[in-house]
Amino acid sequence: MPRMASIITVSGLTKSYASGFQALKGVDLEIEEGEIFALLGPNGAGKTTMISIICGNVRATGGSVTVAGHDIVRDYRGSRSAIGLVPQELHTDAFERVIDTVTFSRGLFGKPRNDAYIEKILRDLSLWDKRHSKILELSGGMKRRVMIAKALSHEPRILFLDEPTAGVDVELRRDMWKLIGELRQTGVTIILTTHYIEEAEEMADRVGVIDKGELILVEEKTALMKKLGKKSLTVVLAEPLAAVPPELAEWQVALKADGHEIEYLFDTQAERTGVSSLLRKLGDLGIGYKDLNTQQSSLEDIFVSLVHQEKAA
Amino acid sequence: MSGFNYRAIWSIYRFELHRFRRTLLTGLLVPVITTSLYFVVFGGAIGSRMTQIDGIAYAAFIVPGLIMMSMFTESIFNASFGIYMPKFTGTIYELLSAPVSAAETIIAYVGAAATKSLIVGTIIFLTAHLFVDLPVAHPLAMIGFMLLIAISFCLFGFILGIWAQSFEQLQVIPMLIVMPMTFLGGAFYSIHMLAEPWRTITLFNPIVYLISGFRWTFFGRGDVGIELSLLFVAGMLVLCLAIIGWMFRTGYRIKK
Ligand SMILES: Nc1ncnc2c1ncn2[C@@H]1O[C@H](COP(=O)(O)OP(=O)(O)OP(=O)(O)O)[C@@H](O)[C@H]1O
Ligand SMILES: [Mg+2]
Repeated sequence: MPRMASIITVSGLTKSYASGFQALKGVDLEIEEGEIFALLGPNGAGKTTMISIICGNVRATGGSVTVAGHDIVRDYRGSRSAIGLVPQELHTDAFERVIDTVTFSRGLFGKPRNDAYIEKILRDLSLWDKRHSKILELSGGMKRRVMIAKALSHEPRILFLDEPTAGVDVELRRDMWKLIGELRQTGVTIILTTHYIEEAEEMADRVGVIDKGELILVEEKTALMKKLGKKSLTVVLAEPLAAVPPELAEWQVALKADGHEIEYLFDTQAERTGVSSLLRKLGDLGIGYKDLNTQQSSLEDIFVSLVHQEKAA
Repeated sequence: MSGFNYRAIWSIYRFELHRFRRTLLTGLLVPVITTSLYFVVFGGAIGSRMTQIDGIAYAAFIVPGLIMMSMFTESIFNASFGIYMPKFTGTIYELLSAPVSAAETIIAYVGAAATKSLIVGTIIFLTAHLFVDLPVAHPLAMIGFMLLIAISFCLFGFILGIWAQSFEQLQVIPMLIVMPMTFLGGAFYSIHMLAEPWRTITLFNPIVYLISGFRWTFFGRGDVGIELSLLFVAGMLVLCLAIIGWMFRTGYRIKK
């Protein structure tokens, strides 16, 4: 993918909460216009903190952020006008009606009334039939859609979705992915956080991994998969084994399926994958096999191994 | 986008008035009933023994105090609630992430709360006419005074709403400080009726100057000079604005 102009530039961002806890330890990040960026990281990594600073809910302790060329502190009107935020928690005015709360948001961002546009987003989000319902009468998934409608009400160039699919059923999650895809078609830059790896895998152009307040990796998703992608080789044995023969220690294989399979993890980028030598060794040992198959590891595996490396270091 | 975000002000203002409208009936009935009760108790029962204060019929004398007292509580309650609720429910995230300045936020919230407070003040004023002959010596000054009082107490309420971290804290200042100070501040009597040293002590209560000033707009005289009253109103306005300015600069209890 050709590199496009940055729409968000985060430099040296730090945050220490009043408790003294350091939630961000110098984060640098560029978000490109029009991309979908997935921010991954375990609980408490600092994802929400970073988003909250960019959007204006939390003050940075150090560093700077510009959004669409506007410094978030000196020119907050410029930066905030460009952003729509769907926070992690469902915060709604329970007694308000759907259409009123969405119209309110548009006004809050200084945009002139546009009933046709509000109708469009409510229809896109399947909220049009519920427009006169009070928010408290809606289900959790519907409330989340209302929050998305509010965030989109002022036609932002950038949309932040902090765990858009947390606590959402499979169907709604698919809907959400579809919606995000459609928004991207209209040129909106999307930054989302998630714990579901398949979500990042499905949608993101680039992935950032944050852990303990540090951005430990930013990579295009496909490159990341390739670079860090491990494959696993499963050997289905003719006869089950009770234990891994000591001769196979070098490959660190694992016994699976009650001894009917052995699994070997290898790095596709390595000079020697070790696959052929392993198979040769199996032949030498007289271990017969019926089938072989290889599998690409998912982002989740990559992510888990990254975080573990980080912890070990 | 740059410049004044008047659309945001209008949106918040309408949202707040909409919130009041949900409780319209109680919101309007309460001041009418309270006023009537005060007239029955103070005007009727006490007024029959104490017919005049400073040459003014007692029933008429208590009207400015009654309006002030209601406006103090309404202003503080509405303004503090208006900003406390979004903090409490978390919906404040939207305000904080919107291109809205501190000044715009204050104009919207304080404006809405002051509007309601003025409506209540007016209702009491009109209700009082049902019970008593009420001259107004300086009508324009009366309106101006009500406006200033509504704004300064709404600013105070706004500060309270930002400061409060529980519903209890929200209640404690109006109930434990403003209410007693109002009663002791000559809402229903003239401080000239007090014996020393109480009279001098009472002069340390700023509410005295506010009520006295408002009474002046009705009867052309008060417990203290009108200039002094205006000075106290101005002082309160400046103090509240300074505190709010500081709160927004430091993000006090608004931003983490
Ligand atoms: N107001 C606060 N005061 C003190 N510490 C805080 C505050 N808010 C967050 N933290 C701490 O900062 C760290 C980062 O929190 P943050 O909410 O940014 O994590 P996150 O990556 O969004 O996690 P999750 O995936 O659980 O949403 C956590 O350890 C959290 O406890
Ligand atoms: Mg979070």
